[in-house]
Amino acid sequence: MQVYLPIAELSLDVFLLLVLGGLVGFISGISGIGASFLMTPILIFIGIPSPVAVASQANQVVATSLSGTLSQWSRGNIDFKMGGILLIGGMAGSSLGVWLFGLLAKIGQADLVVAISYIFCLGSIGLLMLWESIRSLFKKMIKPSTKVRLPFYQRPWIQTLPLKRNFPKSKLYISICLPMTIGFGVGLLSAIMGVGGSFLLVPAMIYLLGMPITVVVGTSLFQMVFVTANVTLQQAIQNQSVDILLAAILMIGGVVGTQWGTKLSGKIRGEYVRFGFSLLMLGVCVGLANELLVKPSAIYSIRTIGELR
Amino acid sequence: MLIALTLVWAPLTKADTLIADLSSHLIAITTGFKGTDLLMFGAIDAPGDIVVVVQGPLTSIIVRKKERVAGVWVNQANITFENIPSFYAIASSKPIEQILSPETQKQLNIGIENVPMKVDGELTPEEEKQFHDALIANKRLQELYYTDIARVNFMGRELFRTNIFFPSNVPTGDYVVDIMLVRDKNVVGVQRTPLVVSKVGFGAEIFDFAHQQKWFYGSLSICLAIFGGGVGYVFFRRR
Repeated sequence: MQVYLPIAELSLDVFLLLVLGGLVGFISGISGIGASFLMTPILIFIGIPSPVAVASQANQVVATSLSGTLSQWSRGNIDFKMGGILLIGGMAGSSLGVWLFGLLAKIGQADLVVAISYIFCLGSIGLLMLWESIRSLFKKMIKPSTKVRLPFYQRPWIQTLPLKRNFPKSKLYISICLPMTIGFGVGLLSAIMGVGGSFLLVPAMIYLLGMPITVVVGTSLFQMVFVTANVTLQQAIQNQSVDILLAAILMIGGVVGTQWGTKLSGKIRGEYVRFGFSLLMLGVCVGLANELLVKPSAIYSIRTIGELR
Repeated sequence: MLIALTLVWAPLTKADTLIADLSSHLIAITTGFKGTDLLMFGAIDAPGDIVVVVQGPLTSIIVRKKERVAGVWVNQANITFENIPSFYAIASSKPIEQILSPETQKQLNIGIENVPMKVDGELTPEEEKQFHDALIANKRLQELYYTDIARVNFMGRELFRTNIFFPSNVPTGDYVVDIMLVRDKNVVGVQRTPLVVSKVGFGAEIFDFAHQQKWFYGSLSICLAIFGGGVGYVFFRRR
């Protein structure tokens, strides 16, 4: 059954969109990390103009993040104080990001910046995750390293940052500058790439902030609700690119898929999930790098002035 | 184009009668719209050929060319084409080159290559042609410029009909349909008829709402997501 999407201005199969939303939601649920970095490129691939894909995806992520946040909240897994600081930075970063995206689209370089951001983030985080999961899987075979590197958050220069506060839930005492900046950076990148940002935020929370794993997923989802809501609002106001019908259909598939994935996440070893996840990230990264560096799918592109495509 | 038509018009005789119409003068884009065929039909008095040209509202289009800069493919040169049709389709009872000379085609802007495209930019003629060809190729990929010429079928000697397909991504606005009677390599009659493509119903309301009440629309989108997320949580909670 085809449905006409009024903002995207084309019609797509409802079933296809539901399955896509469900599949991506499932990957999110099972890994505990968002998979918007898969969804946004896929939406663009099936013909949705990139501003509409980015904005509508942000809208969808509000829903999936909220349902995840509520789940985690009911289990007491959210550090609201840390989440609050993160989201202050996130709101500022994402607002700047949407404005920047609009500016880049006008000069015809939005796709380039988006591609570079994706390649950089997916590449670095993907490789880190791949390395970490392989190490965990082959723990017995690798000799433990004798050199001990201080975790990022305990490094001396971080300790000297001002405005230190206590974060009891995360058992941390660090400067608020750090989470604020991380939130800002993640918000900025989220807005530009059209993602929720958790594939950036979760590793940042673990490795840069040193938050305990139990709190990381919930707190990142909490922050994402506000940041993606902000992106949705800004996109609607600045670019009128939110397709509410597209977002609604993706939401239905996404929420169902995420819940289903979350239920299964306990049954599979984390290392296997992260291994597979990192391969997905690197796969998308390689695909985009190919497009950008080796062989673009089209040398000439057109855009009708006054319209979104 | 109408002026050009009057110039090549042979003197009107009784045998040059042409009547034509469309099955509908409105293509309404509703929620279930997946593209549609529009029927065009009519009658002529004496044997001849029919050429139909459908043009969408005029727009401006930027064409950007990627070049390799430090190993990376980046959009570099670009030019803007102004006053070009956003949609263009042709139908004909015989292959066009059999019934009209290339000069006449050019004069009457029949065939997308013959539609004048005003350029706002500084490029050499070769580069301009490359951009022009790329524009047409891209529009063809979007199914907004024709790839094949549709067939006008005659039933008997006088009645004719044809279908033109409008895909789901068709631009909204005022279209122009020219149905031309061709005899002896001349256009001897033309019927110009209007066509409107517009969003109708729920989809149209969403579109207008998004553009006119941006803050309200954005907030509503967020509320919908909050509602959806909440429902999803409650629904799956019974673990």
